[in-house]
Amino acid sequence: MPLSAEERREIEAEFPRYPTRRAVCIDAMKIVQRHRGWISDESLEDIAQLLEMSLDELDGVATFYNLLFRKPVGRHVVLLCDSVSCWIMGYDRLRERLCSKLGARLGETTADGRFTLLPIVCLGACDHAPAMMVDEDLHRDLDPEKAEQALENYK
Amino acid sequence: MPDVNITVDGKKLAVPAGTLLIEACKSVGIEVPSFCYYPGLSLQGACRMCLVKIEKMPKLQTACTTVVTEGMVVSTEIDEVRQARKAMLELLLANHPLDCPVCDAGGECELQDMTFSYGAAESKLIDIKNHKDEQQWSPVVYFDRPRCIMCYRCVRICGEGMDVWALGTANRGSAQLIMPNHSDYLECEECGMCIDICPVGALTSGAYRYKTRPWEMKHVGTVCTHCADGCKTTLGVRRSPTGMQIVRGDNRDKSGINGDFLCIKGRYAFDFASHDHRIQQPLIRREGRHVPASYDQAYEHIALRLKEIREQHGGHAIGVIGSTRTSNEESYLLQKFARLLLGTNNIDHHRTADFPSFAGALARKKDATASMRDVFNAPAILLIGNDPTEQHPLLAWQIRNNVRLHRARLYVVNSSPIKLRRQAASFTQIPAGSEPQLAAFLAGDDSAANALASGEITREALAALRDKLRGEPNLIIIFGSELRGSSIDSLVRFGAAISGAKFVCLGDYANSRGAADMGLYPDLLPGYVPVGSGARFHEEWGAPVPTEPGMNLLQMVDAAKAGRLKALYIVGANPVARYNLDPFALSKTFIVAHDMFLTETALLAEVILPAANAYEKSGTFTNTCGDLQLLKKAGDITTVKSDFEMLLRVADRLGFDLRQLVPFRQAERADLGQSRGAQSGEADRHAIWLEAHGLEPKLSPFDPIAMLDEIQRLVPGYDVSRVELLAGNDQHTSIEAGVASSIASQPELILPANDTLFTSGTLGRYSRTLNSVIENPRRAPADKADREVVV
Repeated sequence: MPLSAEERREIEAEFPRYPTRRAVCIDAMKIVQRHRGWISDESLEDIAQLLEMSLDELDGVATFYNLLFRKPVGRHVVLLCDSVSCWIMGYDRLRERLCSKLGARLGETTADGRFTLLPIVCLGACDHAPAMMVDEDLHRDLDPEKAEQALENYK
Repeated sequence: MPDVNITVDGKKLAVPAGTLLIEACKSVGIEVPSFCYYPGLSLQGACRMCLVKIEKMPKLQTACTTVVTEGMVVSTEIDEVRQARKAMLELLLANHPLDCPVCDAGGECELQDMTFSYGAAESKLIDIKNHKDEQQWSPVVYFDRPRCIMCYRCVRICGEGMDVWALGTANRGSAQLIMPNHSDYLECEECGMCIDICPVGALTSGAYRYKTRPWEMKHVGTVCTHCADGCKTTLGVRRSPTGMQIVRGDNRDKSGINGDFLCIKGRYAFDFASHDHRIQQPLIRREGRHVPASYDQAYEHIALRLKEIREQHGGHAIGVIGSTRTSNEESYLLQKFARLLLGTNNIDHHRTADFPSFAGALARKKDATASMRDVFNAPAILLIGNDPTEQHPLLAWQIRNNVRLHRARLYVVNSSPIKLRRQAASFTQIPAGSEPQLAAFLAGDDSAANALASGEITREALAALRDKLRGEPNLIIIFGSELRGSSIDSLVRFGAAISGAKFVCLGDYANSRGAADMGLYPDLLPGYVPVGSGARFHEEWGAPVPTEPGMNLLQMVDAAKAGRLKALYIVGANPVARYNLDPFALSKTFIVAHDMFLTETALLAEVILPAANAYEKSGTFTNTCGDLQLLKKAGDITTVKSDFEMLLRVADRLGFDLRQLVPFRQAERADLGQSRGAQSGEADRHAIWLEAHGLEPKLSPFDPIAMLDEIQRLVPGYDVSRVELLAGNDQHTSIEAGVASSIASQPELILPANDTLFTSGTLGRYSRTLNSVIENPRRAPADKADREVVV
């Protein structure tokens, strides 16, 4: 599917802010991801063409940022922090509960396409560990029950 | 800008402002180790191996990204630096398997050298190394992820150098890797530059991998036998049951006109030499079948028939067709053999460019040919016609990198949107076939613009282009075979008004320029001297030669059809296929063919002699720009002989005095049995020594250098430095026409090869590598794929 008129317009609106087109690459991918949930090979090609850069260079950027998704994800993305503080404060129990509840391991999407569970290194909420982030919302001071409950709000 | 004074390890030096510290160190012989730094590519600063101590800077700095400044005091050999290098190596080796004993790069690996120097093979790291199985990305490119040290050289040479951009990196971080432009395979120009530039064994060649070790080969620097650009290729040669086998081609010492560059043909397409279909012994047709014969029988047979035909019908009943891939010495000998011995001017070759018209036109402007090196340094370039990316890969590299590194202005005029337009300051697309009108327009004929203007290309735009070009001093004008005859004259007239303008006329095949320069024409002697005014040749040769122009290739075929041409001597050419000739037209003619394979043409021959190719002989080649280079024999194949030797053996059987053909040392007695020694390059080394001591080389008639003596003496423009040439350096020859107006160039005979990156005339059919890339860019290993050869 080629870039929609809206996606194209949003990307082009970024051009004046930078000296070169390729400087827009991260924003462009975020825009496409916002519309489609993830960035397919085809989308990547279209963006590369629009930004006049090579596909490989763009993919190098895409694969560097863990919040740019190069594979399809569920409707909601759960980022579970696995860095030191959260680990000490019970990350592993959290993980076990979420995995069994969702029926998906880290890196997988639930069968109903509702959640994708991903690990992340540090959400910057060590003072309220363990923490997780669902879409744009940060959830802190979790235990398995609270985490499970939190997911109920995302349909 | 004044030079900058710096101190490195106590040595004071002055270097131009803007120099990188690593280059400044190199200039005084201090080696700062590095992996990611590569001259001519953008700076990366990825490997951190070049850390040095600079006074007043708090931490160690990377010498490859630091520009020298006044008063800088640098230390490269203190303990702190050595310790840092060792630590960096330990990190680079974190995932490296250190499998040097099985790695192709073992023995010529920069990482191996560094690890030996700094002793970092023993690691403090206890983690399990990341492993990934090797991947085949194309028939010629393999990738071993664990060996990769992420220096980005391949990514940069592919993108910046080749403008292909087929490689990139993924997953930056500890799991980072190089990736091809398709998920698991490469779609690219298959040039192999990424393999050559890889400092380790991460990228390896499908043609060479696991075959041998670098120290088991002999490395011979010679000239590629495919297109007309004349890249230097270093062949790795190993002994084999048949004498020798070429196992690798690369540009190891980077000393040729091509520097870093080689395309797929120069690097991999040497494999035709060991093709199964190669003719291994002379064949004589008896009762309709080709049966093996000895060399003596073949020579005797040829001599008998030629003598008979010459005596009964005269020399004009014999024709000779030369090759665009034989050496200058062989082409020169062939036309001399024809004119002096057979008494005929019926001489021609497969013409791919109008060099005679070019020579004639240059009478207006002396010394106006550009060398391949000039193309890299010119401030501006005009390219008319041709698609160098496909047909002249080195020329395209020179143009591309001149634009990138020197900001040259490139003007492209072409009938199709060729790839080089991406580097062009201006690209003008004109209707196909209207190149002659363009030349006329440039020369001042405004009415010619009618045929050119269409759509966006207006008459005003064309006039603006012409004005712009007129204001480009030292412009190099490069044109393809689209321009012929009087169009070349127009173009040279246009260029003559531009100060310092130079020209390149593009022909195809390795020595087509040489074939033209050496007089493989019915009406031209070597150096484009008309046959009627070749007094100096007659004097030197000591015998009268026919002064009437002979028949050209197509006229010869017509004469053969009519029964007037009784014999045709063909050396290394396949006119039947190239010119799509009717084989029956030649059925009444006695044909001799020197060839490597049973081509369409060779099949018609009564006697076929198995020929050595350019990698199996010594001599010289002239590339399309006119750069003369030495061919060095890589090794012998036991069953074949050079065209030079075979021609002389036939001449000997015809009872001709060989001294008249080859001016080898007059006082010495020729020893016909010593051809191997004379051909092996032994004589070349002697010649350097002897010339340096003011002595004459001792030569046998089979030594092509003896012929080169005569060429240098008689062919205008070829009097270049012999020592430079023998030392392996390119020497630019100038092109000078004797009498410009009397040249009838017959442009209708020109037939461009139209090769792509992956084809190479008849020869290309016999390269497995080229075939495997054409057929199946995805998966077929180079050594398995083989196209059915149609003969």
